[in-house]
Amino acid sequence: MRRVRIIPALLMENGGLVKTIGFNERKYVGDPINTVKILNDKEVDEVVLLDIGASKNSTSPNIDLITEIASECFMPLAYGGGVTELSQIKQILNAGVEKVIFNTSFFDNPNLIQEAAKIYGSQSIVVSLDVKKRRLLGGYQVKTIGGKLTQKLTPVEASIKAVTLGAGEIIITSIDNDGRMTGYDLELTKSVSEAVSVPVIACGGAGSMGDFVSVINEGHASAAAAGSLFVFKGPHRAVLVNYPEQKVLNDEVYNRL
Amino acid sequence: MIIIIDYHCGNPASIRNMLKKIGRPAEISSDPSIIKEATKLILPGVGSFDHGMQKLEEFNLLPVLQKRVVKDGVPILGICLGVQLFCLQSDEGSLAGLGWIDADVKKFDSLKLEKSDKVPHMGWAETRITRENKLIEPNDECPRYYYVHSYHLECRKPEQVIAHATHGYEFVTAVEKENIVGVQFHPEKSHRFGMSLLNNFVTNY
Repeated sequence: MRRVRIIPALLMENGGLVKTIGFNERKYVGDPINTVKILNDKEVDEVVLLDIGASKNSTSPNIDLITEIASECFMPLAYGGGVTELSQIKQILNAGVEKVIFNTSFFDNPNLIQEAAKIYGSQSIVVSLDVKKRRLLGGYQVKTIGGKLTQKLTPVEASIKAVTLGAGEIIITSIDNDGRMTGYDLELTKSVSEAVSVPVIACGGAGSMGDFVSVINEGHASAAAAGSLFVFKGPHRAVLVNYPEQKVLNDEVYNRL
Repeated sequence: MIIIIDYHCGNPASIRNMLKKIGRPAEISSDPSIIKEATKLILPGVGSFDHGMQKLEEFNLLPVLQKRVVKDGVPILGICLGVQLFCLQSDEGSLAGLGWIDADVKKFDSLKLEKSDKVPHMGWAETRITRENKLIEPNDECPRYYYVHSYHLECRKPEQVIAHATHGYEFVTAVEKENIVGVQFHPEKSHRFGMSLLNNFVTNY
């Protein structure tokens, strides 16, 4: 049996957790410390925590909050948002976080990725790419600053560049599928997974256990992240932090890979 | 006193956090005079083999470790790069290791891996206990731990191996030689499985 990582992805804004749809419309889902504690009790594989407010408003990572979250987090934790300097990376890792995630700074300051990978090792450096489908011309575009700015590189080109600079992992998020719970963008995930040798985490669109199976089997991702699926319950999207039991993961995910 | 050795390779804070959680407070130190007083030692580690050995040397930790661990028998737990440094040598570097465990550190053999088995091996794996030991107890539930590594141990003396895990193929994930124990995974990031292991280390050795 092959185990893959199934990862709750939490979005932070102004100290609270939110969940977005298409990177736009958002709903408050709770307090980050409390939510991470619940996920800890549920023995989740790993947590991705992204401060989407930090990069949009050009504010620094909230080290006190990150430290508080990490001190109660007995599973791997990856943090991203507003990281622009080596000193911040050091503070975040010293707080007990395993991995630092770069998005806007990967494009603005690729040297930072290279330096950080040299000092802290590739395993602690993750590049996260937010991707949107081009409506008329087809293909994909990488976006930064919360989906607002278009970058020149395609997702595949950007991923290869990230790995060359020293990233040990890539998170690939479909902006189009974000929050819709209709499944991952398998084509996008596959194109990136096949282009790089490092693990790829697919994100954006998970709505069921079957979606995890598809993105691993068909999208060739190494791990699958989900937001809405782990914070909402039922057709009215009532907030309820949840995570599948091991038996469910065994029967409905691992045994089908 | 439990001392987590800080030699600027990896992250001692998360190990201290978990020990605190299970009621076993520990100190983090790079100071040989403090490490000398420890009753239990933990050597964490992330990064490359030679860098790790160089840092141990830079912090002047080799003499105190040799004396306390080898001569006085103080229990030590190596984690990830920590246990790799206990070995004789590594594919990753040219420096000699501490040589406490009769093992070589090998890179994951890509010829024996499927395309879906990426390197580094990053994620959770279940554990197969190969002989009775005081670190990982057999249980109804197979213990699972979190891994981040590109290299693994290959033991010359099978009796030093206590557990295997699988990533593409089976590799040595835990070793024990009297007071010297080590694990390839990260107990400090492995929920109650890790808590139980750390508790076993500080209680049973």
